[in-house]
Amino acid sequence: MYQITCPHCGPRAQTEFTYERTTDSVVDPAGDTHAAMQALYTRANPMGLDDEIWRHTYGCRAWMVLTRHRVTHEIRAVKAIGPEALP
Amino acid sequence: MKTPYSAFSLLRGALNGQKHWEPAWRDPEPRASYDVIIIGGGGHGLATAYYLAKVHGIRNVAVLEKSWIGGGNVGRNTTLVRSNYRLPQLHNFFEFGLKLWHNLSDDLNYNVMFSPRGAMFLGHNDGDMIKLAERGDAMRCDGIDAELLTPKQIAKIEPLLDLSRGARFPIDGALIQWRAGTARHDAVAWGYARAADALGVDIIQKCEVTGFVKDGNRITGVETTRGRILAGRTGICVAGHSGHVAGLAGLRLPIESQTLQALVTEGVKPMVQSVIMSQSLHFYVSQSDKGGIVMGGDPDNWPSYARRGQPTIKEHAIAQAVTCMPALSRLRMLRTWSGVTDMSFDGSPIIGPSPIDGLYLNAGWCYGGFKATPASGWTYAHTLATGKPHELNAPFSLERFMTGATIDETSVGPFPNHR
Repeated sequence: MYQITCPHCGPRAQTEFTYERTTDSVVDPAGDTHAAMQALYTRANPMGLDDEIWRHTYGCRAWMVLTRHRVTHEIRAVKAIGPEALP
Repeated sequence: MKTPYSAFSLLRGALNGQKHWEPAWRDPEPRASYDVIIIGGGGHGLATAYYLAKVHGIRNVAVLEKSWIGGGNVGRNTTLVRSNYRLPQLHNFFEFGLKLWHNLSDDLNYNVMFSPRGAMFLGHNDGDMIKLAERGDAMRCDGIDAELLTPKQIAKIEPLLDLSRGARFPIDGALIQWRAGTARHDAVAWGYARAADALGVDIIQKCEVTGFVKDGNRITGVETTRGRILAGRTGICVAGHSGHVAGLAGLRLPIESQTLQALVTEGVKPMVQSVIMSQSLHFYVSQSDKGGIVMGGDPDNWPSYARRGQPTIKEHAIAQAVTCMPALSRLRMLRTWSGVTDMSFDGSPIIGPSPIDGLYLNAGWCYGGFKATPASGWTYAHTLATGKPHELNAPFSLERFMTGATIDETSVGPFPNHR
């Protein structure tokens, strides 16, 4: 267990947060069916850094993007979610 | 031919100080090429190699393991073996495996300590009982044993469960599969390794695959930490790390890796007779032959390859188990551990050809891979030998996610982190 620094609330216990999906797994409403299926049903799942969407569910409920390492659990960056955080 | 494990061998050895035993498997140098390479020396990989050699006569086979045999998920599970699934694709597959389990020790000449002591799912309300009855009916329609129990019948098997109406989660009944049970996980890995080796399979440990040898859209071998090895067919069998290894070949799979934890208490006299599970709560408890109470629960619901889990998840599983069986609160925890699991997007495995020629997939076992070991090995061996899936693993293709034919036992949808 570790702490995640919420862009709005500061460092909080990880149990307050929930993981949703990676930023490259968001369905683009303007894209085609194949792209939507790829986004819904596949993941890069790297043994390294990935950009993940998390939510401060049991806190301020805001969404954010974590650049997190999946072996060391290091959190490289936390960004409040917004138009600039999504592809 | 290796000396068989038998009372006669033991008696014969008594005359010469038991000096006639050989190592259970060789430690060969990798050859330049093989007919089939299996990446991953876990239970499934070793079982696949064994059935390739035994059933299909393909003995020019290598199993490549990055660390040591039995060090991955085959040594990290809670050793439960059952086939009580609701969906026919799943229960027919696991039932085929359960039949192999019942004869596995004889088949391998290795005591895997399979103990069919019964596995029960608890029901805590009317909705649970309806679901359990439906599941039991579905199983019996396919000739698999299932029996609904009343609380009185449960009390005879598990007197320590809190069956009072005042319980936090009252127990209204259970569905038991008597032929289900537990097995010794290490022995399964070692038994398959020894039997496969005896048939000529090369088990190569400390040999990590670092890339694939590609010729157009065909995989013709692997790059490893011990050099390049060519192969007619290559099978990935690394559940937990499937995303990583398939990624080396350029594939994106419907899999996310998560940590699953388990724990064991100090050894005590027999107090849990069967395997007790609750899907409404999500914990499972059994007692090992050494006396330790083995427990597990939910995976940590976020991606990780770290093999260490959050204490809160363990606490959750323990709290549920203690609520249902209060006597467990008196025990001390001895050990906890974690494994990395392939959480697939419908909760079911993937066994079959990949979009790349010469490359095959065995992945996505979620938290239920151990029980599948013989069936997974048998069907994957068939797939690798013939290039086509066995009828039992045909539904578990990779394409099903794109065609909509998912096999979603819990009807959750494409969410590996909500299972």
